[in-house]
Amino acid sequence: MTTPVITVTHAAVGYDGRAVLRDVSLTVTTGEVVAVLGANGSGKSTLIRAVLGLVPLGAGSVALFGQPLRRFRQWHRIGYVPQRLGAGGGVPATVREVVASGRLARRGVLRPPGRADRAAVEAALTSVGLADRAGDPVATLSGGQQQRTLIARALAGEPELLVLDEPTAGVDAASQEAFAGALKDFVAGGGTVLLVAHELGPLRPLISRAVVVHAGGIAHDGPVPEPAGHHADPDHDHVHPHGPDEPAGL
Amino acid sequence: MELFQYPYMQRALIGALVIGLAAPALGIYLVQRRLALIGDGVGHVALTGVGAGLLLNRSPVLVAVIVASLGAITIELVRARGRTSGDLALALLFYGGIAGGVMLVGLSDSTSASLNAYLFGSLSTIKPEDLVVIAVLGAAILLTMLALRPALFAICHDEEYARVSGLPVRTLNLLLAVATAVTVTIAMRAVGVLLISALMVVPVAAAQQVTRGFRSTMTAAMTLGLFAAGSGVYVAATADTAPGASVVLMAIASFAVVALAGAGWRTLRRRPVAPATAPTAEPHEVVLDRS
Repeated sequence: MTTPVITVTHAAVGYDGRAVLRDVSLTVTTGEVVAVLGANGSGKSTLIRAVLGLVPLGAGSVALFGQPLRRFRQWHRIGYVPQRLGAGGGVPATVREVVASGRLARRGVLRPPGRADRAAVEAALTSVGLADRAGDPVATLSGGQQQRTLIARALAGEPELLVLDEPTAGVDAASQEAFAGALKDFVAGGGTVLLVAHELGPLRPLISRAVVVHAGGIAHDGPVPEPAGHHADPDHDHVHPHGPDEPAGL
Repeated sequence: MELFQYPYMQRALIGALVIGLAAPALGIYLVQRRLALIGDGVGHVALTGVGAGLLLNRSPVLVAVIVASLGAITIELVRARGRTSGDLALALLFYGGIAGGVMLVGLSDSTSASLNAYLFGSLSTIKPEDLVVIAVLGAAILLTMLALRPALFAICHDEEYARVSGLPVRTLNLLLAVATAVTVTIAMRAVGVLLISALMVVPVAAAQQVTRGFRSTMTAAMTLGLFAAGSGVYVAATADTAPGASVVLMAIASFAVVALAGAGWRTLRRRPVAPATAPTAEPHEVVLDRS
């Protein structure tokens, strides 16, 4: 039996006394592509942030690659794709510079980048179709291209597990396709994926399991639920106006 | 140019050049983090160190380095907690720092001239041993900022991502805080605590008008810092103006020139807009189905 990549056991997360997640358990094993689905404010983003240690747990435990989160140090095995690129203070940065940050987990703080690092950055840029924009400032890219930059940054570290927070929210169709292609290659190479999504779109065929979070608990864990009613219409674009975001401190 | 034959003018020039190079190398990280004015705050705190040093008859610069480092670490800890009360805590620290400085300098036997020297800089009073301190600490700051650029860029660009990369985020943040304190203190002699932030921030602001990447911005900012420091000291020596103010005004003048040149270049380069292909319609935000 293989070691689970992610093990969440009876996890609870609260914020200012308000419970966001209660008694959540989840196991992800090697090669799985797990989609965390749920409405805005259901706690789905909080769940993956808790998995990564970005949100402290109120109760329960998280283990990554069989190691308790507190003792986990092999961060190069994980590629994280946040919801959006931080605005920063206005100092320009090129696409390549942002993607190169993805090598730090592997390289460490002190070692300068070598040939393998540069090759991995180029490969990641190519895999998301941004090789021709490598020298451009990220601020000049469209939202979808910025999202692809973040995915390339995660892929540049050659991780075994990708954790993505709403990678396709508000992303144009071309970028969604490019992203789905990059993810497909990653999964074909034996990678494991945990992603939060509001809609699956072109990712749907890749998903091996869906976890639906509702009101801080897991309401469904199994095959991807079939869309019902007008949601099943192939032309239906399942995009909701966004409600208030979850508290930024989480 | 004969003025620069005098050793004290040479020391002033070398000291200013070292600071002109080191301050923007650190400042770029502060600007990227939206902490452009932190140097100002640390400068206020450093003044208390100067006052304590003068009162205790110890080296004011040394005591200022220690007090400013403690202040910068406190500011970083408040920032890392990220609660809204942060800016009030910072305000208390800043004003407490400057009030403490003025009070302690007053209690010591020093004249108001020595307070002025720290407030607005006093390049021509740099002694040979001061220059050694400035050169060694300035070189240390410069090397650290260049050697750790990928890691510092990562934490300033996206701190959460840096944490998930396993970078020692807290240690690097504290390093940045202490480096800020050290830069402020060595620059104190050149431009004064009230004008230090300008040398950290203005060259970066000027450079980013025309650059496309982080590394090129850093290089351009350091070049502009060097130019502002050199030309500022020259202007001060020939026109007998205050050196700190001259250096800062040269930096702001270079900002204006670069910003205008950048805007002009962009206008010239702008090609006539090609007829775009028909825009694809955005999908509907919501589907209302009440039938």
